Amino acid sequence: MKIAITSVGNSLSSNIDERFGRCAFFVIYDTDTKSVEFIPNHAKDAEGGAGTAAVQLIASQQVAKVVSGQFGVKVKPLLDSLKIQMISIKGSHSVQEIINMIEER
Amino acid sequence: MAPRRKRMRRIFNIPTIKGFKPYGNSCSQKGKRELISLLYEEYESLRLCDYEKLTHAQACRLMQISRPTFTRIYASAREKIATAFVEGKQMIIEGGKVYFDSEWYRCSDCSCHFNHPDKEAIIENCPLCHSTNFHKVESES
Repeated sequence: MKIAITSVGNSLSSNIDERFGRCAFFVIYDTDTKSVEFIPNHAKDAEGGAGTAAVQLIASQQVAKVVSGQFGVKVKPLLDSLKIQMISIKGSHSVQEIINMIEER
Repeated sequence: MAPRRKRMRRIFNIPTIKGFKPYGNSCSQKGKRELISLLYEEYESLRLCDYEKLTHAQACRLMQISRPTFTRIYASAREKIATAFVEGKQMIIEGGKVYFDSEWYRCSDCSCHFNHPDKEAIIENCPLCHSTNFHKVESES
């Protein structure tokens, strides 16, 4: 299963980005292979429709869950209809922390 | 003057079926020709009222519309279903002014919010910290 995490930088020690559509990087973490992939968000500085573009990007990666701070009003129904689970978390956490949380059982 | 625009109706899940077909010979010809389109909001009103057994007042809050509007949608849903039944017409569920939204949960251990897109599967633990200590967030209205 693939999980997308929004990040402010391209390393595991970077904090997660609170904004979904305008985050700097998407971290695609695969729970089966434990692989991590960083995808830059080109829609970051778009005038409008950044959220929609971001949904398209992560949907093309076939992710099942998204971890971010907030989801916009346009993004929520889109992700809902694609059956992608949204997880919203407050405060500063690094990408590594999030991955550790997912992996701990 | 243009009519007042319709408020977006909130729907929890996409219906599992696309519609209904009548069964039996006498209605097959007529059923093929004429379709009755049941709107998504009408399907949802019926689901909330008759399946979930909520009152109109409770159901209208979930769909984020006024109580009289809800009653009108519900009445129209029943009228359409009755017509389809009596006249043996096909019914398809489509259209309407709606948006989809699922139920949200809050985990008490890692204080994250998460939603639940697949209604059939039962959630057992928080997707992030695997804690079982979570509760449903009541919809704001």
